[in-house]
Amino acid sequence: MSSPNSTDAQNRYYTRFTPAQRLLHAALLTTFLGLAATGLPLRFSSSIWSQRLAHAVGGFSAILFFHKFCAVLLTIAFLAHVGDIVYRCVIKKQWSLLWGPESMVPRFKDIQDFFGQLRWFLFLGPKPQFDRFTYWEKLDYWGVFWGMAIIGISGYAMWFAPAFARLVPGSWLNVALLIHGEEALLAVSWIFVIHFFNEHLRPHNFPMDISIFTGSQTEEELKERHPEEYARLAANGELERIRTQAAPQWLSRSARVFGTAAIVIGVVLIVLTIRAFVAG
Amino acid sequence: MKFITAAALAVLAASAHAGAPDSLCVSCHDEKNTPFHASVHSAVGCTGCHADIKAFPHPDHVAKVSCGSCHSSEVSALQTSVHLKAAEQPCLACHGDVHAVVPAKNSKSTVYPLNLPRTCGACHGDKKFAQEHGLPEVYSQYMDSIHGFALTKDGLLVAATCSSCHGAHDILAPSDPKSRTFRANIPDTCGTCHGGIEQRYFAGIHGNELRAGNAKAPVCTNCHTAHQISNVRDASFQMKTTATCGDCHQERYGTYRDTFHAQVSALGYVETAHCWDCHNAHDILRASDPKSTVAQANLIQTCGKCHTGANASFVTYGPHADAHNAKAYPALHASAVFMNLLLASLLGVFAVHTVAWFIRSRAEMAHEHRSKS
Repeated sequence: MSSPNSTDAQNRYYTRFTPAQRLLHAALLTTFLGLAATGLPLRFSSSIWSQRLAHAVGGFSAILFFHKFCAVLLTIAFLAHVGDIVYRCVIKKQWSLLWGPESMVPRFKDIQDFFGQLRWFLFLGPKPQFDRFTYWEKLDYWGVFWGMAIIGISGYAMWFAPAFARLVPGSWLNVALLIHGEEALLAVSWIFVIHFFNEHLRPHNFPMDISIFTGSQTEEELKERHPEEYARLAANGELERIRTQAAPQWLSRSARVFGTAAIVIGVVLIVLTIRAFVAG
Repeated sequence: MKFITAAALAVLAASAHAGAPDSLCVSCHDEKNTPFHASVHSAVGCTGCHADIKAFPHPDHVAKVSCGSCHSSEVSALQTSVHLKAAEQPCLACHGDVHAVVPAKNSKSTVYPLNLPRTCGACHGDKKFAQEHGLPEVYSQYMDSIHGFALTKDGLLVAATCSSCHGAHDILAPSDPKSRTFRANIPDTCGTCHGGIEQRYFAGIHGNELRAGNAKAPVCTNCHTAHQISNVRDASFQMKTTATCGDCHQERYGTYRDTFHAQVSALGYVETAHCWDCHNAHDILRASDPKSTVAQANLIQTCGKCHTGANASFVTYGPHADAHNAKAYPALHASAVFMNLLLASLLGVFAVHTVAWFIRSRAEMAHEHRSKS
């Protein structure tokens, strides 16, 4: 590991995320924390901490205001993302977005990788050779996508309840509250436990992987985490296309501070959630 | 009152002739401690009450004065009262020094409305006394109630004081069916001031059930308490009163708590729908009654009080929807089952995935470490 090559691999940087993707993640992260912090007290409204938090920020009206404020921002980010995908597919004809190794759309290899990973867990096989996006990254993406659609639609239904009742029966509002709350529970559990571990807290990435904030990764990281992508790009001679500089120190430092704050807030929220859940 | 004045005048006239003049009494019994001349009884004169004193000087032992010789109706009312044996001289226990007694309308009277709670509180504000007699500590409760504030802060003489509800001389135990505070009589007692509310109460199901002899039917004090009555517009009162309804209506309270109204209420949002916002507070009718606020035909109007634009579809919302009840709420129940399965399976699989990954990663790192060294 101490060969000159590995030092080179630590100093050569490649782009993993575009500025737009990093901005989207930052927007999701911030509004999601805001939504969770203001939504969980509603879901567990009989908990002492919910009532104290509501009291501290100025009562239910303030909580609901922040919740709706974050919801609108997240909706804008979501629509901008969907708009961007549609634009790139329909106008720019970037079909690689919809299929292939650069796409978020699941393919058969993801299932193979999933079972390959399970075999590796059990010491029954080698680590799967992941391409640009691993199966758990795709699960994160589609989980958030599905979650935003479900939570968003049910949330707006309750926000504009009488208008919603003109389209569908009012009894659906009961269903809306139920799935809004349950899907939100799934979302916070997924993000604050599964996503945090998969991307940040697991031993190889601990305490966090800041590439989603800085946009770049080292050659060593690319080879280690996305060997098939590295091999593919190297074979096509495309590696130089994504070659970049190391992130400036201010950016990686801010990323660490920002990321740590997000992880701490998330962990506190999930602990409170589990407490409220256990207490009933 | 006219009768008493006439009687007093008659006694005065009689004493002027038969008894000794007051000037003679004060030669020994000076007025230093008792401003008898300012008392309402001064008109009666000393021998008006101490009628057995005929000569000066009088014998060592004089007869005990009977208040009933003038105040016969009050004293006869006292005969059935819980206070009859409360003190050796029950009249004086409340009215104070008999030689200084002033009319009840006089602001210095111990039974003047503004002073009455303090007078009763002499006994009923004492913790020890309350414990000994198994009574609640009513004085402090009353003083912090809307009635107490109306009296002490707003200075209202019409505010309910002790005697407004309990009576004055004929105070009976609340267990006595003749008592003003006997459970079944409470609506009438409160209704002496809150007449409009009493009418509405008896128009509603609670009042009807009480009349029909249902011992479980709530009366005013069940929701408002007896002595700690709050302003019904106070957030703190509204916040705890849904639970009060829930003491009897447990199932309905449980299903209310699962819905949005209850969730936001728990976070301190008073404006959200509480029981009485939909069902009314006093004239509560069964949903099957066409006049009920929650009768099918009236729901649009009832929900529309808060939800502008509520229509026939909107009011199919279930304010007591129960996801466990598959029969009444099939869609909600199915959604709950689906969501539970989704959460349990996804989180279950990935919890195992996460733990396995952690263990495998530690093993791999240990292996790398070994091969390095």
